[in-house]
Parts: sequence; C-alpha cells; structure tokens
Amino acid sequence: MPPRTRKATTSDRDRSSGGHAPVGCCRIDRDRDAAEVRTYPQIIALVNRIDWVSGFANEIPFVGAIEKLLDIEVPERAQYIRLILTELARISSHLVFASSYPLELGASTPLMHAMREREHVLELLESVTGGRFHPNFNRVGGVKPAAGGGSTMKKLTQDLPAGFLAAADAAMHNVLDICDDIDRLVTGNELFLARTVGVGEIPGAKAIEYGVTGPNLRASGVKFDLRKVESLLPYDQFDFEIPVGNNGDCFDRYVVRIQEIRQAAGIVRQAIAKIPSGPLRAKVPRILKVPPGEAYVRAENPKGEMGYYLISEGGRIPYRLKIRSASFSNLSILPWVLEGALIPDLVAILGSLDFVLGDVDR
Amino acid sequence: MNFWLLLLVKVGLVLGVMMPGALVIIFGELKISAHMQSRIGPYFAGGRFGWAQPLADGLKFLQKEDLVPADADRTVYKLAPYVVLMGTLATFVIIPFSPDLVPRDLDLGVFYVLAVSSLSTLGVLMAGWSSANKYSLMGGLRAAAQLIAYELPLVLAVIGVAIQAGSLSLNDIVTAQASWQWFNVAPEWLNVISPFMILQVVGLTIFLIASLAELSRIPFDMPIAESELTMGYLTEYSGMRFTMFFLGEYAGLVSMAAIAATLFLGGYWVPGLDGDVLNFVGPVVLLSKVMIIAFLFIWLRWTFPRLREDQLQTLAWKWLIPAGLANILVTAFFRVVF
Amino acid sequence: MAVLPYKGLRTGMLLTLKTLFKKPVTINYPLEKETPVPRARGVIALDTEACTVCMLCARECPDWCIYIEGHKQEEPPAKEGGRVRTRATLDRFDIDYALCMYCGICVEVCPFDALFWSPDYEYSEFGISDMLHDKDRLTYWLSTVPDPPALEKQ
Ligand code: SF4
Ligand code: SF4
Repeated sequence: MPPRTRKATTSDRDRSSGGHAPVGCCRIDRDRDAAEVRTYPQIIALVNRIDWVSGFANEIPFVGAIEKLLDIEVPERAQYIRLILTELARISSHLVFASSYPLELGASTPLMHAMREREHVLELLESVTGGRFHPNFNRVGGVKPAAGGGSTMKKLTQDLPAGFLAAADAAMHNVLDICDDIDRLVTGNELFLARTVGVGEIPGAKAIEYGVTGPNLRASGVKFDLRKVESLLPYDQFDFEIPVGNNGDCFDRYVVRIQEIRQAAGIVRQAIAKIPSGPLRAKVPRILKVPPGEAYVRAENPKGEMGYYLISEGGRIPYRLKIRSASFSNLSILPWVLEGALIPDLVAILGSLDFVLGDVDR
Repeated sequence: MNFWLLLLVKVGLVLGVMMPGALVIIFGELKISAHMQSRIGPYFAGGRFGWAQPLADGLKFLQKEDLVPADADRTVYKLAPYVVLMGTLATFVIIPFSPDLVPRDLDLGVFYVLAVSSLSTLGVLMAGWSSANKYSLMGGLRAAAQLIAYELPLVLAVIGVAIQAGSLSLNDIVTAQASWQWFNVAPEWLNVISPFMILQVVGLTIFLIASLAELSRIPFDMPIAESELTMGYLTEYSGMRFTMFFLGEYAGLVSMAAIAATLFLGGYWVPGLDGDVLNFVGPVVLLSKVMIIAFLFIWLRWTFPRLREDQLQTLAWKWLIPAGLANILVTAFFRVVF
Repeated sequence: MAVLPYKGLRTGMLLTLKTLFKKPVTINYPLEKETPVPRARGVIALDTEACTVCMLCARECPDWCIYIEGHKQEEPPAKEGGRVRTRATLDRFDIDYALCMYCGICVEVCPFDALFWSPDYEYSEFGISDMLHDKDRLTYWLSTVPDPPALEKQ
C-alpha cells in the first residue's frame, strides 16, 4: 500500500470548513521501535528514510548529535563535503517541489523539465556516496571512510571521485538554467499566478505560533534560517542570502524555494572553489560507544528545522531518540489555513507546504 | 444513386476519416507531449516510433473488466459513454470535405453543430450522476456548469462569421471565404491567408478558447482535474466504456478543430484551386488544417496549469461574452456600412 | 486579470516549443542502457574465498537480511608433518533483496574484503521469494564489480 496521509475535510458548498490530517498511516516509528534497538551506524541508514527526497540532509543533525556527545572535532574537508552534499540534497528536494507543485495545478511539463536537471544532481550524489536517495554516507567524525572495511580496501579511502568538482560546477550551471526555464514556464505564467497569489496566506506571527519552519516560514516574511543562526557546517564561510517572501501565500512559498535553489547553487560553487585538503574522518573507536548524556541538535533541512534529541546511557544503542521533523510541524497549521478555503485551492495550499509523508509519519 | 448506398458511403466517410484522425491525434499528443518534456514517448508498439500505441492502448482497455459500481444506476451508467460519443460523432455530418463531398449540407448547419455538440454534456452529466461517487458527481456538475458557460461565447463567436458570410450553411461559409474580395484595396496575395482568420480574429480567439473549455482540456480541465477529483466523471469507468469516453474526447477535438477550420480557416479551400481538383484535394486540406489546430490545442495543454472553477466562470462571463458581443457589433457595423 | 495576460503565457509556450525540437534525454530502456557510476549500489557480490564466516555482516545489517551458516572443517597440513589446520567453510550465504535496503553497512564492516558493491541492477523477479540470492548467485555478481574510480586530487 502506498504510504499516504488521509486528508479528511468536510465541505459546505465548495468551501472547506477546516480539516484535520489524521497522521500515522505511514507510521514506521523510527524514533522508538526502529532507533532504540539499533546501533548508531544502523540508525544513520534509517534516518535517511525520514525525508526521503533529501536523504542526505537528514543524516547531518543526527551525526551532529552523536559528535556532540562524543565531543569530536570533524575535519575541515569532511565538513566541506558534507556541506556540498547537503546543498545538493536541498537543490534536489526543491527541484522536486518546483516540479510537483505545478503538477498539482495541472501543468505536467515543468515536472519533466525539473526532473531532467535533478537527475544530474542525483547522479553527482550517487557518484560520491553510491546512493541516489539514501546515501548513508556520514559517519561519526566524518564521512564514509572506505568502500569496504578490509585491509586492501582501507587504503582506498572513499574520497570524492575524480572529476566530481568539475561535474558539480557544470551541474550548478544547469541548475541555474533550469531555474530560469521554470521562471519562464511557471513563475510568470498568468494562470499560475491566478491560482496561487493570495491563496492560503499565512501571516508570519501565525506561522511562528504553529511552529512552521523552513521556506514556509521565510515565505511569511520571517528571516530565520538555521544555516545563519547556529550551523553545524561551516556556512559562515560562504556568502549567501536568505530569500524571504512578503505575504506568505502559495506563490511566495513557491518563489522562495526557487530562490533558495539559486542560493544553494551559489554555495556549492563557492565550496568547490575552496574545498580544503586533509583527512576525511576524525579518530573514532571501531566499536562506537556514546557516553551518557543528552543532546538536541538541529539543522536547516530543505523542508525546515530538523532536530534530533538523543539520550544515551552509554553503550552502542541510544536510550531514547526523539525526532523533530519539519513536515510534521509544518502540517500542523493545516486546520487553520484550510478554514474557508475553496476546494480547488485545497490542493494548491497542500502542495505549497511541500511536505513529505515519511517526514510527517516518521 | 441509391439513397441507402449514398448513406452508407457517407457514414463510412465520417467514421473512416474521423476515427483514424482521432487516433492520429492521440498518437500525436503522446509523441508531442513527450518531446516537449524531453522524453522519447512511446517506442515499442508497431515497430518504429511506436505508431501503434493508441491501438495497443485501445486493445488493452478492451481486455479489462467492465466494472459497474454496486450503487450505480446501471442503465444510465451504461448509456452515458454512448451519448457522449454519439454527440460528438453527429457533428461530423455537416462538415464539408470538398465542394461536392458534404455528408449533409444543412441550411442551418452552424446551428445544428452547436446544438448537437452540447448533447455530449448530457452524457457527461449522466456519467457523473449515475456513478454514485462524489468525485464523479462533482466532476459531472463542473462539466455541466463549464459547458453551459462556454456554449455562449462559442455561439457569439460563430455569429460573427455568419454575419460576415451571410449564411448559416457551412458550405456557403467556405464559399464566401473563397470568393472574398478585399474591397479592392488589399493586394491580391492577401487572399492566400484565409480572410476570416484576419477579419474575425477576435472571433477565432474566442472560439478557440471556448472550444478548449468545451473539450475540458487544460487549462480548463476542472471536470477531470486529477489532483482534486481523482478523475472526475470518469472515476468509476473502466475497460470498454472508458475507451468510449476517451475516444469521444478526441473525436470531439477533431470535430471542434474541423468546425474551427471550416469557419475561420477556409475549410477545404486553398487559394488557386477550384472545381474538380479541389474535390480531391479538399479532404486532405481540411485534415491538415484540423491537425494544425489540434497541434495548437496539444501545445497549450502541455504548457499551462489549470484555472480554478470560479476563475473559469469569470473568464467566460466577464471577458469572453462581452468580447463576443462587441465583435458582433463591429462586424455587423462594417457589414452594413460597406 | 486587469491586463490581457500574454507575457507569461508566451514565454512558456516558446519554451515548450523549443524543447520539442531538442533531443530527448530519456533513452529506450531495454534496448539502450545507461551505465551506472562505479560506486552505485546495485547488488552485493560475495567472494566466498575471502569470507571467514565471521558473521559481522549479518550482525550489523540493520534489517538482518543476511543468512549465514558455516562449519569448521579440518584440513590436512600444508607440509608433511605440519599442524592440522581448521578452516571455516561457508555452507549458506543468502541475502534477501526483498528486505535489503542497500545501506552498504555489510560491505563496510566486512573485515576480510569478501563483500563488494556491483552497479548491476537487472535482477527483478516475478516472485518475492526469488529475491533471495544464494551463495552461487552472489558469487556470480563478482564478475560485474568494477574497479574503484580514480579519486579527486587533494
Ligand atoms: S546493504 Fe544493508 S540491508 Fe542490505 S544486506 Fe547489507 S547491511 Fe543488510
Ligand atoms: S563480514 Fe565478511 S567475512 Fe564476515 S561473514 Fe560477512 S562476508 Fe564473510
């Protein structure tokens, strides 16, 4: 059965009287059942699946939490690789949005155009990590050290493959191009404007009240980005802007994401220009035991704030892991924003919130 | 000639030309949409280029079970596809393929077309109501509201042509275009472009927009908006009956395009030809004009998102109908003055 | 709609028309194929010679989809009068690809270089039980393992 969240709405003459989203149809219980019987390296593979369109970005706060408890300094080069791949994941996630959102409104061509360029981005991710969606590439203290753990393979540390930096630069060029194409095809389109401008407005104060984060919050005019505020990765060494919207309507949520793609492409370009050399992983014991303690580490995911609250009692398995995922909190505003919306606007609003069901029902 | 034999030939003509035309357009839509999206589209069926894909799709649907929902009104549910298909096929009857090859030349041809083509609305409503499914019902009602709203601009756009040509018979309209004189002021070569396309450019635009809405194609496809209503009035249909709807949709596209070509683009007529030659070339000319319009429809469909139901009504009542009325006024004025 | 909408509509239509005449990017799959990148995680290959039945991979797998059985076997001494050696031999090594989530942990933890990733991906089956690859099938994949790619200079 395909995972889906049921959307229950009652309607009165083509107006929706609010709705509630019964979550849990795709429940996998990653925080309890999955995480609390598995070792830390195994959980890294599982957290990939939370927000499956930007798998790589999910790993960062989790390994960040472990590193905080272990008090490990991550080598510079590993930080940069993490940063580049996170931004690639952000680009691919936003491209999925830029393609699927017009589809909700009936235009199917932007879908294929954006997917075409996303393919290049995924190929980059795959050429480094081996996985397109679920990279499982971060390790505590750095990035994945070796293809195999054996003595011969160990010498071949899994660094970036040759040609990656050039390919990434070219791909970023394409990504900027496709942003222009999407602008031509969708952003300026009067029919699209008619469907989105002024629809599903969320004022900034309301958004904060409901715990909305990420591009949805910034579209409402609140300039809050964890990359600038408290970042695990060296974002402070780069020059980028945080796009914000004015009205917080569907159109703003859409435009903010397109702008973020452009900014992310800029970050990747800067990062590949000055990627330092050095080791890929700090010294970490082979059998990983995390000292007792608790940590909450959050990062700016493509969808919003993603945080892991980790309690360890020592040992190879966490005592408790609580995941704060962006889509779940973003969706909490649905009853408020859907109140009195037209039925055809329902899809427009739902789509513009850009949620992933794995992220809702994790 | 024997009346029955002639009838048979004409029925054969309608089905034999228009149904393959619909198949060609289905295939064209598959391929063109694919290439507009950087895909290669169908490639297997029928060897090279996948030309047999529409046939294969049709055969596949034939093998599927014909489901009827338990709560459905069985008779109405089963009849609906036939009503839709019949409504669209009936319009072919009066389309002139060449000076002599007209299945039936009615004096009130234009009137007949507009009347008969709205029959399929009834089929859509039947389908939506009898499926016992809320999505179907909403889709059916949306379709009905939309078709009623856009019937009006369609008629108004056609009235302009009728005034210009001074006749309601389609054959006469084509003849009027062929023998049009530019008041002796315009150079001769201007006749190469069909005169009504220029004189009635407002009418043509209104007609094309309204026929897009009549056909419920993007940007006006709310009746089957799949992200809102699953599949609208088609939700419960499967197998053979779904194919009928599908075919009806594309046959409707062919008929709309044929009418537009006849009214505005000069139908079977090409400049410089007349008499017997035109009798043979006519059908080909008409079909190629149909294809041009069909391409335009396909192109629009794969570029635009859809409008909202209320915006669609606004467009019809606040923009297209006033524009159509103004067009009639202006046309009539010039017609009287010159 | 205060003004006649045309600009956004026009640019969009020009774009689709331009794409119509460009070369498509998709390929005709079963007839043409793309080569995946060398690191792609397609299927796991097993080198039975190298495996020592240490069970590390089976234990670390997040969904425990590797099934290993083995026994100790005494082998005659290599030299006349030498010590009798025991050697672990593999009886069964199955990976259930219906469960595997391609995380790569097994390949990473194997201390004896017995597991490799191969980018081959064409092993879909009609039945879910056929997704269980046994020792021979896993060994066969070894022939498809590419050389690791060259690395970017540091
Ligand atoms: S790839 Fe992961 S899930 Fe698959 S067998 Fe190896 S460890 Fe298990
Ligand atoms: S970890 Fe390697 S050596 Fe150990 S059982 Fe698995 S494949 Fe064999």
